[in-house]
Amino acid sequence: MVQWSDFERATIQDIFSKIDSGVVGPAALSRCLIVYPWTQRYFGSFGNLYNADAITSNPKVAAHGKVVLAGLEKAVKNMDDIKTTYKDLSVLHSEKLHVDPDNFNLLSDCLTIVVASQMGEAFTADVQAAFQKFLAVVVASLRKQYH
Amino acid sequence: MLSKKEKKLIKDIWERLTPVAEDIGSEALLRMFTSYPGTKTYFSHLDISPGSAHLNSHGKKIVLAIAGGAKDISQLTVTLAPLQTLHAYQLRIDPTNFKLLSHCMLVTLACYLGEEFTPVAHAAMDKYLSAFAAVLSEKYR
Repeated sequence: MVQWSDFERATIQDIFSKIDSGVVGPAALSRCLIVYPWTQRYFGSFGNLYNADAITSNPKVAAHGKVVLAGLEKAVKNMDDIKTTYKDLSVLHSEKLHVDPDNFNLLSDCLTIVVASQMGEAFTADVQAAFQKFLAVVVASLRKQYH
Repeated sequence: MLSKKEKKLIKDIWERLTPVAEDIGSEALLRMFTSYPGTKTYFSHLDISPGSAHLNSHGKKIVLAIAGGAKDISQLTVTLAPLQTLHAYQLRIDPTNFKLLSHCMLVTLACYLGEEFTPVAHAAMDKYLSAFAAVLSEKYR
């Protein structure tokens, strides 16, 4: 089981209570599709992803960004057993969506950047480390059911 | 591949950040040491605690090198030749660490520039730092 220090636990809860999930989710997903364009391969049905402006204003991207963030909020509520919480999601990404799990790291990095730019100075080195540890656990849980 | 627009964007950003090279550099290093403790093993001979003189001067050195390369990205291999030799034969830092520092550099820029660190700027910067790291490790073998 993952061990969380008091600082890490409090930091994660604090970040997710402060961020506007309706903004951060869409921002992270669209940033991922822009910075790592090959990730667009999973979103063929989303319509116009032709350039940064198209991606940022695409309503399907925005909607899906919110779905992703809602998934993360589930992990925040179940920090002591993210692996079990994410079992079905892991199967979904592997069996149905066929997403290369390396992509999870790309989206994680974009999420980190978005939260960093929102929090500015408050996103200290220690806060960053805690956030990245949380995302690493999320990614590992999402990878778990791949075979 | 960096477009003309992206090269200009990168050049402009680093020009603006050159006066605060020490702040940006030391912060990026501190973030890297905190999130990826293995990276500290390359600095056992220095005092890299937050605010230390070594951290500041080293951070400044790195940022000035990155900013220097940004002035003419098409000449990166020429500009970085001495640093290539240094990293290949003396420092021998495992190149996977370049990715870790690049990531922390991006996070530092995001905190510093806020909304101005748009997805387009982020993409350009990520590409530049990847190219920089690739050139830096060219002489390794």
